[in-house]
Amino acid sequence: MTGLDQVFVTLKHWLLGQLANILPNGLLPVVSVLLSIAAIIMVFASLFAIMTIMERKGLGRIQNRYGPNRVGPFGFLQPAADGIKALIKEDLVPRAADQVVHLLAPVMLVVPALLVYAVLPVGRNMVAIDFDAGLLFFFAVGAASELAVFMAGWSSRNKYALLGAMRAVAQMVSYEIPLILSTVSVVMLTGTLSPVKIVEAQAGHAGWLPDWFVFTPWGFAGFVLFMIAANAEANRSPFDLPEGESELVAGYFTEYSGFKFALFFLAEYLSLFAVSGLGITLFLGGWQAPFAALDFVPSWAWFFVKLLGLIVLFIWTRGTLPRLRVDQLMNFAWKFMLPLALINLLTAAVWHYMPPGMPRWLVGGALVVGPYLMLGRGLMAGKHISKRTYRYAE
Amino acid sequence: MTPLAAYLILSAFLFAIGLAGALTRRNAIIVLMGIELMLNAANLNFIAFWRFSDHPEALTGIMFVIFSIGVAAAEAAVGLALIIAIYRHYKTTNVDEVNSLKG
Amino acid sequence: MDWPFLIIAGFTIAAAAAAMTLRNLIHCALAVALAFVGLAAAYLQLNAQFVGFAQILVYVGAVAILIVFAALLTRGGEPSQVGIFSKTWLAGLGVALAVLGVLAWAIARSLVTQDQAPPTAEATVKQIGNALMTEYVLPLEVVGLLLTAALIGAVIIAMRDETPNPVVEDGRSKPKSSAKPTSVGGHE
Repeated sequence: MTGLDQVFVTLKHWLLGQLANILPNGLLPVVSVLLSIAAIIMVFASLFAIMTIMERKGLGRIQNRYGPNRVGPFGFLQPAADGIKALIKEDLVPRAADQVVHLLAPVMLVVPALLVYAVLPVGRNMVAIDFDAGLLFFFAVGAASELAVFMAGWSSRNKYALLGAMRAVAQMVSYEIPLILSTVSVVMLTGTLSPVKIVEAQAGHAGWLPDWFVFTPWGFAGFVLFMIAANAEANRSPFDLPEGESELVAGYFTEYSGFKFALFFLAEYLSLFAVSGLGITLFLGGWQAPFAALDFVPSWAWFFVKLLGLIVLFIWTRGTLPRLRVDQLMNFAWKFMLPLALINLLTAAVWHYMPPGMPRWLVGGALVVGPYLMLGRGLMAGKHISKRTYRYAE
Repeated sequence: MTPLAAYLILSAFLFAIGLAGALTRRNAIIVLMGIELMLNAANLNFIAFWRFSDHPEALTGIMFVIFSIGVAAAEAAVGLALIIAIYRHYKTTNVDEVNSLKG
Repeated sequence: MDWPFLIIAGFTIAAAAAAMTLRNLIHCALAVALAFVGLAAAYLQLNAQFVGFAQILVYVGAVAILIVFAALLTRGGEPSQVGIFSKTWLAGLGVALAVLGVLAWAIARSLVTQDQAPPTAEATVKQIGNALMTEYVLPLEVVGLLLTAALIGAVIIAMRDETPNPVVEDGRSKPKSSAKPTSVGGHE
């Protein structure tokens, strides 16, 4: 049982032990780091392939069509075909483009998307670096991708690319605030910024419910806010204005082709997995099993089951919701999500200082549902559908 | 050279580069970037002194830098807003041309 | 001196120098972001983990973005036609070199730098948090106030002086001069 749970950890230790005989001592830490990196890249890159085919087939089903079904059994080898196609396609760079920045942008986008996995605990004892300030690292590195998006859009010298980049950056900056605020409540209650310790704080069971933060009023509200903000950070529908094809061709990566285009896709999905992984770590108990009886299933398996669940949720959302308008997007972030995230901090504090029992649930629930209803009603009250007025640039 | 001296030299170089940029460039945004670089050079000094001090547990250097980063963020926001306001008024960000106080 | 420091120092100085000398404003902004990353690496090298991450979050994630937005809003995206250095560039360079000389002389003469490093200097998040909430709670509140004031001030300074546009019959506000409609629309 522990053998299967720790199989990857023991495998790595065994490999390192074997290599210690061959390699000089100084190289061992480097090899250890490289092994972790290789594992992360392999697992999440193949998850990228799995998700693309799941998404295309799932969206196909939602839209009442088949989706890819030619390559391999039921079309499941489509990602391989796509990869080969991206690799052998001609790499076009616009003549007016800023060559260096244009080349660096996709790389700059993929690197932070991979870096953030360093602090995600994907299983018991399975985290690349246990930073004391791991959560801060996650958001700091994630913030660096905004600059890469801007680089891509600006260097293409294309109005659609530039508009897409400006939209994407504005959107990512706006939704970063509810994203971070919704995690602050978890940090407040666990008293740590380390993802490993946050997962450990969610061990145990209260009655038949596991002690995950999502099963508390503030945790549930935080999780919903977090997932909405994560959806917007990943530029996915219904927040896909930066790459809305009916308006901006493909947004900031309009002028990219071939493998660089594939890199943009890879970065987008990698950061989606990363932010889902963070959501699991913060609210869904990380790698913990939901019931004590299911503890025999290895911890990493739980993490990936939860990750797949969230991915399905993302695909479902993408398939069902229509795209927002820019002003709706901004209003939603600043007038709705930001106040709710702030009130959620208060809810978490109240929850923390009230003794366990029914009154705590009632007060917590009221603090979540009340502001939600009031804000929702209040924001919709003055709205009447009318002719659009346009603002003009100077 | 001791590590502390090495970091101080690095910080001195950054400060000088920032100062040179702030004094020689025409564009107001680059002047602001030079000022940010100088602020960062000072921050590096604080961290270096904290790391090599006899009482690192006092955290004074760290605290100073945290507040300095906060103040620098506010400074950047206001500074860039001023530059945009100046650009609206004069249609230029060239600091040599914004000289209407000159007799 | 060890090689991580040399790499970080070389990278940071090169990025900073590029930021101050490149012609294109956006290139300058990207280079200064690289310099900020280099500084964050230096902080990490000095065991100041929290500050290093905060540096990336604030400078790369926010200040660099602000700078590129300001550059685009002031039409800095195109390379400038006139010279990039001001008329008094020689005096400015002289001052900067003099400052560098004085600083280097002071560091070389200083006795403080002769001290050897203590073996460990750690600043855990818990320590920082405790210090922020006890000893430094007043500065923290003041910074909060300052940031709020800066936020409001920046918005008010950068806000256009709103002269109500004459609304023409089809419900659209009249475009100013040779303006293009932007995608920033919405009912108001």
